[in-house]
Amino acid sequence: MNTTADRGRPPTQPAAAAAGNNGAARSSAGPLLEVKNLKVHFPVTRGFVIQRKVGTVKAVDGISFTVRPGETLGLVGESGSGKTTTGRAVMMLNRPTAGEIRFEGKDLTGLSAGEMRRMRRRMGIVFQDPQGSLNPRMTAGNIVGEPLIVHRLYENKADYRAQVSELLHTVGLSPAMASRYPHEFSGGQRQRLGVARALAAKPSLIVLDEPVSALDVSIQAQVINLLTDLQEKFNLAYVFIAHDLSVVRHISDRVAVMYLGKIVEIAPGKELYSNPMHPYTRALLSAVPTPDPVLERKRERIVLQGDIPSPLRPPPGCVFHTRCPMAIDDCSRVEPDLRELSPGHQVACIRAPGYGGY
Amino acid sequence: MTNGKAPLLQVKDLQTYFYSPAGVVKAVDGVSFDLGEGETLGLVGESGCGKSVTALSIMRLIPDPPGRIVGGQVLFNGEDILRIEESKMREVRGSAIAMIFQEPMTSLNPVLTIERQLTEPLELHMKMTRQQASKRSGELLEIVGIPDPEARLKGYPHQMSGGQRQRVMIAMAMSCNPKILIADEATTALDVTIQAQILELMKELTVSFGTSLIIITHNLGVVARYADRVNVMYAGKIREMGHAVDIYGEPRHPYTAGLLQSVPRLDVATSARLAPIRGEIPNLMKLPEGCAFRDRCDWAVERCATDDPPLQVVGKEHTSACWEHARVELKKRVSA
Ligand SMILES: Nc1ncnc2c1ncn2[C@@H]1O[C@H](COP(=O)(O)OP(=O)(O)O)[C@@H](O)[C@H]1O
Ligand SMILES: Nc1ncnc2c1ncn2[C@@H]1O[C@H](COP(=O)(O)OP(=O)(O)O)[C@@H](O)[C@H]1O
Ligand code: SF4
Ligand SMILES: [Mg+2]
Ligand SMILES: [Mg+2]
Repeated sequence: MNTTADRGRPPTQPAAAAAGNNGAARSSAGPLLEVKNLKVHFPVTRGFVIQRKVGTVKAVDGISFTVRPGETLGLVGESGSGKTTTGRAVMMLNRPTAGEIRFEGKDLTGLSAGEMRRMRRRMGIVFQDPQGSLNPRMTAGNIVGEPLIVHRLYENKADYRAQVSELLHTVGLSPAMASRYPHEFSGGQRQRLGVARALAAKPSLIVLDEPVSALDVSIQAQVINLLTDLQEKFNLAYVFIAHDLSVVRHISDRVAVMYLGKIVEIAPGKELYSNPMHPYTRALLSAVPTPDPVLERKRERIVLQGDIPSPLRPPPGCVFHTRCPMAIDDCSRVEPDLRELSPGHQVACIRAPGYGGY
Repeated sequence: MTNGKAPLLQVKDLQTYFYSPAGVVKAVDGVSFDLGEGETLGLVGESGCGKSVTALSIMRLIPDPPGRIVGGQVLFNGEDILRIEESKMREVRGSAIAMIFQEPMTSLNPVLTIERQLTEPLELHMKMTRQQASKRSGELLEIVGIPDPEARLKGYPHQMSGGQRQRVMIAMAMSCNPKILIADEATTALDVTIQAQILELMKELTVSFGTSLIIITHNLGVVARYADRVNVMYAGKIREMGHAVDIYGEPRHPYTAGLLQSVPRLDVATSARLAPIRGEIPNLMKLPEGCAFRDRCDWAVERCATDDPPLQVVGKEHTSACWEHARVELKKRVSA
C-alpha cells in the first residue's frame, strides 16, 4: 500500500501530519473542531394543507466538545439520543438552531453557501447503511471520484482516473472494480467504497455514523482496522458515532456519552471505561454483554427501568432522572451542567462524587 | 438430558433448500441437535448462515416455493412434526412451540387492539371465554412488565416503543404455556439497556414456566449469560456444538475462535489492532468443495480442500467439524 503515501496533502495540512506521528500532534495542537453550546431543534408539524407547529424535538440541546487533529472522539448513546443529528450538524447538513461550530478556525454557522462548500472539502462523512448511501446507478469509480469533480481536484482525465484507482487501492479494493455497481459488492466492500469517497477530497475530519453497525462481526473488524490505518496514515480526526460501546472503546481517544440531546459524560476513553461516573454511563456499560459465560453469570447488571422519554417532552431537571437508579428529589428540579471532576473528565450529575453544590 | 428421557426436541439431519433459476441454496444442510426440557440453547452465526431457516423449518413456516424441507426429522416429544397434518401443526405452533422475531411489527396486527391480539390465542388454544381471556391478557401484560396494563390493552401496537412491543410479543408467545420458545434475533433491533431488560425477562419467564428456550443471535455476547449449550453455524451447517463454557473458553473450531477474537470486548485490554477473520462470507450457491470455511481459515491443511469434515467429538458433549480441531486454540488475552 505504499503508493498511497505519495498522495499529496493539501498545503493547509499541518506538517506533523505526513509523519503519521499523531501522538505528538494530538497533545500539542489546538482543536480542529470546536462545538460550543450546539442546539438543533426540529419543529413538529401537524396537518396536510395548513401545517401547524405543535411542538419541538430538541434533538441536540446545548452540547459542547472539541476534536483535535488526528484524534478520535467517540459518540455513544441509545437511539434517539441525538448522535446522528450532531454528526450532521458538524458538517452543516443540519442547520444548528443555536451555538457555534468552529472548524479549522472558522465558525461554520456564519459562512455563505459558497464558503461552506469550500470548507466541506475538508470534512468527510460515512454512513451506516452502505447500501442506501451509495447511488445504485453510479459505478464504484464515479461514486469515489464524485468529490474530485465537485471540488475540481484533478488536472485531467488521466489524473482523475489515477486518483480514483489510488483511492480504491487505499481502502483495500482492487482498482479493477471501478466499473462495477454497488450491488455487485458485499456489505463490507460497500462500506470501503463509502470510506474511499469520504477520503477523496483529502479531509482532515471524517464523521463516521455507525460505520460498522450493519456489517457482520467478522467483517466489522476488517473495516475498523482499515479506519485505524487510514487515520494514522493521513492524520485524520474522526467523530466516531456508534451504539456499540466495545467498538467505541477500541477506536476512540476520548468518548462522549449522549442521552436525550445532551452530553452527560465526556472523558478520555481509558478513564471513561475504567471510572464511569454518570449513572447512565454505568448502566450502559453494565448492559453490554461480554462473550464470556463465566464472567457474565457472576456479573451484577444494572437493569434500567423503562424507555427513553420522548424528546418532544424531555423530563425537567436531569433528563435521565426518570430512569436513574441514583435519583433523588433534586434531580427532577436541577438541570446539571457538565463539570470537570478530574483532568479531562466531565460529568453532568449532581450525585457524582465531587460534583459540588448546585 | 442426563435423566435418560428422550430430549424434548430432536432435530435430525435437517435439510432445507431454496430453489431459484440461478441455482440451489442449501440454506440448512444436515443440521442435527437436541433441546432438553427446561434447557436454554444458543444458535449463533453470522447473517445468512441458516439460523432463521432452521427455526422456520422447525415451525414449518418455510415459504414453498422457493423453499422446501428436503430431508430430516424434527421430533417433538418423539413425534416427527414434519410429517403431521397441517391442522395438527397449527396446534403445535399455537401452543407447544412459540416463536418471536426481530421486528415485532411483522407479527403484530396494526389495526387490532393489544387486547384482541392477546385474547385470540387464549380463546382458541386455551379454550377460555372472552372474559377469562381478557382478564388473563391483563395479567400477562403485568407479568411482562408493561406499566398500566389495563390502559395498554385498549391501545394499538404503534402507540408502544420497540421494547414494549417486544414485551407484548413475549406475552403472546408465553400465553399458552409453550414447551419451547424460539427467540430469533428478538433483541437485535433494541438498544443495549432495553436488550438487557428483554433478555432478563425471557430468561425469568422461561424458568418460571419451565419452557425450553432457543436464543438465535449473531451476537456471541448475548447468549453467553443465558445459554447452557451453544451451536455455532456457518454456511448451512453446525460447525461446533458444546456447553457455553467450552465454546467460549476452549473453542475447537477455527470459525468460533475467529469470531471470538475478532470482536473488541470490554473485559479485555485494548490492543492496537483487531484480529479479523479474513475474506468474506461465502455465497451459498457457490460453496467450495471440502470445508466451507477453508478460504478464511488459518489452520487449513491440504485435506480441507477436498474433504468436508463431519462433527467429531472433541470433549465432553463438545463436537467440532474441523480436521485440525486438536490444534485450534485461542490466543492469550490480557484482561482489562
Ligand atoms: N429531520 C428531523 N425532523 C424531526 N425530528 C428529527 C429529525 N432528525 C432527527 N429527529 C429526532 O431527533 C432525535 C435524535 O435523532 P438522531 O440524531 O437520529 O439520534 P441517534 O442518531 O442518536 O439515534 C430523535 O428523536 C429523532 O426522532
Ligand atoms: N425466502 C427465501 N428465498 C430464498 N432464499 C432464502 C430465503 N430465506 C432464506 N434464504 C437463504 O437461506 C440462507 C440462510 O438464511 P437465514 O436462515 O435467514 O440466515 P440467518 O442465519 O441470517 O438467519 C440465506 O443465505 C438465504 O440466501
Ligand atoms: S477443516 Fe480445515 S479449513 Fe475447515 S476449519 Fe478446520 S482447519 Fe480450517
Ligand atoms: Mg443515528
Ligand atoms: Mg435470521
